[in-house]
Amino acid sequence: MSRIDVRKTYKLYIGGQFPRSESGRSYVVNDAKGKLLANAAQASRKDARDAVVAARAAFGGWSGRTAYNRAQVVYRIAEVLEGRREQFEAEIRASEGVSPARARAAVDAAIDRLVWYAGWADKITQVVGNANPVAGPFFNLSTPEPSGVIAVVAPRGPLLGLVSVVAPLIVTGNTVVVIASEDNPLTAITLGEVMATSDLPGGVVNVLTGSQAEIAPWLASHMDVNGIDLTGVEDVELAAELEVAAADNLKRVRRPSPDTDWLAEPGLDRMTQFLETKTVWHPIGV
Amino acid sequence: MTPIASSTASSPSATGVFDDVVRSESSLRRFLHGLPGVDQVGCEARAAGLATRSIKTTSKAFAIDLAIRMVDLTTLEGQDTHGKVRALASKAMRPDPADPTCPATAAVCVYPDMVPTAKQTLGDSGVHVAAVATAFPSGRAAMDIKLADTRDAVEAGADEIDMVIDRGAFLSGRYLDVYEEIAQVKEACARPDGTSAHLKVIFETGELQTYDNVRRASWLAMMAGGHFIKTSTGKVQPAATLPVTLIMLEAVRDFREQTGQMVGVKPAGGIKTTKDAIKYLVMVNEICGDDWLDPDWFRFGASTLLNDLLMQRTKMTTGRYSGPDYFTLD
Repeated sequence: MSRIDVRKTYKLYIGGQFPRSESGRSYVVNDAKGKLLANAAQASRKDARDAVVAARAAFGGWSGRTAYNRAQVVYRIAEVLEGRREQFEAEIRASEGVSPARARAAVDAAIDRLVWYAGWADKITQVVGNANPVAGPFFNLSTPEPSGVIAVVAPRGPLLGLVSVVAPLIVTGNTVVVIASEDNPLTAITLGEVMATSDLPGGVVNVLTGSQAEIAPWLASHMDVNGIDLTGVEDVELAAELEVAAADNLKRVRRPSPDTDWLAEPGLDRMTQFLETKTVWHPIGV
Repeated sequence: MTPIASSTASSPSATGVFDDVVRSESSLRRFLHGLPGVDQVGCEARAAGLATRSIKTTSKAFAIDLAIRMVDLTTLEGQDTHGKVRALASKAMRPDPADPTCPATAAVCVYPDMVPTAKQTLGDSGVHVAAVATAFPSGRAAMDIKLADTRDAVEAGADEIDMVIDRGAFLSGRYLDVYEEIAQVKEACARPDGTSAHLKVIFETGELQTYDNVRRASWLAMMAGGHFIKTSTGKVQPAATLPVTLIMLEAVRDFREQTGQMVGVKPAGGIKTTKDAIKYLVMVNEICGDDWLDPDWFRFGASTLLNDLLMQRTKMTTGRYSGPDYFTLD
């Protein structure tokens, strides 16, 4: 007797759970040859709202962890990703139509990127923080603190781009609502499964799949979002509109850079862009 | 809102409809146990069904404003300070200082010793002061202490008294004791000038075990003259639920049919979101009709609900999602 296929339903990743879109909608995802690959959930503004609530709820606990512990968790994501690399390679080959070697290289790069950022968690403070000299008997210390809830529009591409925009935000203690690339939602949700099983608390990363033109304006104008990363916005008019909407509550905005070379070594700016500097004065005791 | 003082003579027990019922322990028990039993599955299904109604746009705006007007903004904690009560009272008068069209809440609900503080801040703003009395939340104290507690609160200027029933007596079947207790507390609510404070009777439905008991307690409290019946203290889980509120709404509806008297309902505790509040309003409208869609007859006992209502209201007026940073915590 032949076995019946157990097909996966791709849903959203919000607050550590995998709910369907509140709207009940889904959209067709095709492979490189234009044939049906799967249906993905098409998130609505209300899913975005729920994701922000989840991200806000997770922020206190996540930003309160030691940098060392956040590094461990991000490293753990790399470990689990390594363990599931075959699934990712198969998904990348199906959606991009690339050779096994290219798919393998893409997964390698994503894992290495996670490890690279994990290492920064407990070092970024030393690099961008400072002990400032002041004219008085005080220690004056500047330290970076996470901005809060950051909305991200992920760039095109199945895995590396997504990892490269999310990892720098979470290692510094921010929580994230990310709109996955519209053409590559499946690996994004599978990456959600990896994160859900990597000791990453629910709500620290929330993945929405669907139309960025539909969801991103709601996140840009959301008063409880502290920053927005427009990396994956390719439509220039939409990007301008999002920047204007983001100005209402003075969100930090990272402008679009759709043609970034993701294989190049990233600098620190993806981490430092969404940090606030806190400076404390402390009297020097006798 | 109609002034509270006008309803002094409207004690339901004074109508005499239930004089026979409350004559003795056994007649009272016969009546309460003769009430039709609650179909648990049916009741929960009905409540869940009503909760699926979709309320949008102008209806939602109406519901949000109505819900804000129905909130009894509550702080009942050991750590309450005069400062916190003053802040809460200011918030009750102007929940959203950025928007003058935002209505005030119905009342603030505090412990009796905080009544003067709340009263002082609220002045004649129209926002009432509700005080919990009768050894809230357990109700475990001697009768004279409960009455003194109530009189103190009324004397201090409370417009409304939230009393708790003696659940021990109720559960062991001493219904007449509970009846007498409510009646006596009601007397203690009287002011020297002939008016009296409104009385809300808290059942603590989380401790009553069955829906049948909720229905019995509702009738008992209404017969004893309560102006409002209230689900919970907020100190016991589960607090207010939709099915329990449904049973209480049916009770007040049936009570009006029999006596012509209207009694209010106040679910309290556990109602945290606008969505929840709107579910309750839908239920009020479907079970009792729109006579009850008024802060005089339906209230929410809540503290965190108000901020969610304000956030939703801001979303509706500005078109963008708001956040908790823009509203005060207390």
